[in-house]
Amino acid sequence: MTALVEGLLRGVGVGSGYALLALGFVIIYKATRVISFAQPALMLAGVVLVSHLAEPLGFWLALPLAAPLTALLALGIERGAVRPMVGRPAFVVAIITLGVDVAVRVVVNAFIGLDVRSVHDPWGLSTVQFGPLRVEQRHIAAFVAATLLVAALFAFFRRSRMGLAMRAAADDQEAALAQGVSVGAVFALSWALAGALAAVGGTFAAAGGSFDGTLWLTALVALPVIILGGLDSLPGAVVGGLAVGVAQELAATYQNHAPWLGGNVSVITPYVLMLLVLLVRPYGLFGTREVERV
Amino acid sequence: MTAATRAPRGRPLLFTSYAREMSLFPTTTRRVAFGALLAVTAVLPFVLADPELQLLATCCVAAIGAIGLGLVTGYAGQVSLGHAFFLGVGAYTASVVSGDPDGRTLGLGVTNILVWLPAAGIVAGLAGVLVAPLATRLRGLYLAIVTLGLVFIGQHVFNEWSAVTGGVGVGRPAPTLELFGYPLATTGPGYTRDQKLFWLMAALLVVFALAARNLARSRVGRAFTAIRDRDIAAGVIGVDLPRYKTIAFAVSSFYAGCAGALLFTVTGFVDPSSFSLLLSVQYIAMVLIGGAGTISGAIAGAFFITLLPRIIRELQHVLPFISTDANEVPNVLQVESILYGVLIIVFLIFEPRGLFGLWVRARNYWKSWPFSY
Repeated sequence: MTALVEGLLRGVGVGSGYALLALGFVIIYKATRVISFAQPALMLAGVVLVSHLAEPLGFWLALPLAAPLTALLALGIERGAVRPMVGRPAFVVAIITLGVDVAVRVVVNAFIGLDVRSVHDPWGLSTVQFGPLRVEQRHIAAFVAATLLVAALFAFFRRSRMGLAMRAAADDQEAALAQGVSVGAVFALSWALAGALAAVGGTFAAAGGSFDGTLWLTALVALPVIILGGLDSLPGAVVGGLAVGVAQELAATYQNHAPWLGGNVSVITPYVLMLLVLLVRPYGLFGTREVERV
Repeated sequence: MTAATRAPRGRPLLFTSYAREMSLFPTTTRRVAFGALLAVTAVLPFVLADPELQLLATCCVAAIGAIGLGLVTGYAGQVSLGHAFFLGVGAYTASVVSGDPDGRTLGLGVTNILVWLPAAGIVAGLAGVLVAPLATRLRGLYLAIVTLGLVFIGQHVFNEWSAVTGGVGVGRPAPTLELFGYPLATTGPGYTRDQKLFWLMAALLVVFALAARNLARSRVGRAFTAIRDRDIAAGVIGVDLPRYKTIAFAVSSFYAGCAGALLFTVTGFVDPSSFSLLLSVQYIAMVLIGGAGTISGAIAGAFFITLLPRIIRELQHVLPFISTDANEVPNVLQVESILYGVLIIVFLIFEPRGLFGLWVRARNYWKSWPFSY
């Protein structure tokens, strides 16, 4: 029982990071109708920035600096590679972001090099004891950070003028344009937000140990998450992120009961979960059913 | 051929009958070019050295796989990032069928290429049919992500099922190239292994390419393009969407399976870590850089991408700041990876029709030369 609850709590901690990454994907998708395969590169860039800045400045200064810098990088990608493709099929733009991802990741990997890097987070692997339950501090921190950021984002979309513009553009680009919304600014801001979220989400995914170039695979887990929650649903991204995190940690906890599955089953749990959900609900749990006209 | 169906000389775009417009080689020029290409292929092994021939043999096999992806992504418009998975299924099916029954890994001991090559294709094709129900329910980006998941699940299975795959970092021998007990690629009387390998792979590529071109100009191929251009409209005019999407995935996976089976006979070894997302991205790059929706484009793209590492190695002599040392920046491997990404971006932004489009531009320029149009 303790193992189960501890697994659940770990899953919520890990899932908080996924939720932040997935929110980035969903924000870009809602604004531009494109899935950005460049998120892994952005996440890795953010984490590497944190790791380099944290050495002289400390973690608490590095993270708020790295997030806007990653947002700048995302802005550059949007301007250089994605904006020229406005109006082209979504699949083509998605493949372009895939190309961006491959290219940017090579550059970022050069900054990782061969040495072991860490984000110098204050939590490490230390734990807190709640009665019989042992919870890792980094998971609590990830959950708190995700809660704050999600609350801030929802407030931004509900209350601010730009948030309203972004919702309008997501609803109908042409109508929004006709009402005076700068759709270009919406595109740019959504990429910037996604970049910053990727940096923060990635930092929490890398917290507690060292990381290397393979960390980018973590960002890909956000893809099953957004499919699970529905491509265009912000609450879906959060719920999906937590669900995938929990499923992954439970698989890791109980995988020794099914040795025929082989080791490290938790790596593919998100993808299996995604396939199962899609067989039942082709637009995810909270996604809008597409209405197509000929 | 009657006079009515013959192409009027100098008017390559004027078709006087549907039969000729749909034919395999609609113009005399194409027929001549194809014949010339065959002749060059036949004599190439006498001109080039063995390492180059081996590389070109790999190109031919990659082209078979790229044609397969081109059918599902370029013709039928279903984005598949899961090609690496089907390549893997084919590679391991062939290795198991042809493998040594007393070896460390599972093997059936049937080394005849006429058995293991179709077997690899059919098993991969069946895997494609299994995936197809998802493809018929999903569209566009949802499908891309699901097929991406397939690569990860496949990689897990390949890594863990060491009875078949030999396990990570160890691998297993590739299938044996043999026809009714006669070895197809060993250094033997007169010709070296690589010369024979090149001829074999080139011959197989011709067979697979012609078969694909035939499929593309048939009723099935037209259904594919209708689905790609607008799937709902295709459904409305009577194209059975689930049926044709399933066919697209099955044929594409069949090609991938055959390519996977052959791909590792060149190096002689299959390692489970080969079938990663990067391999899928390479095949997507081949199709897009070559020109989506054309067979010759897929072949050109496959040759270009497979030769890219070699081209960069040659570039290194001209651009000395690129290092061959893996610890220095920028090194050859980094330049190669960046080029994959940058080439995809540049082609999609500036020439979406790929290498095939460049060829069309060059042809059109000379057609009206010295006038601009």
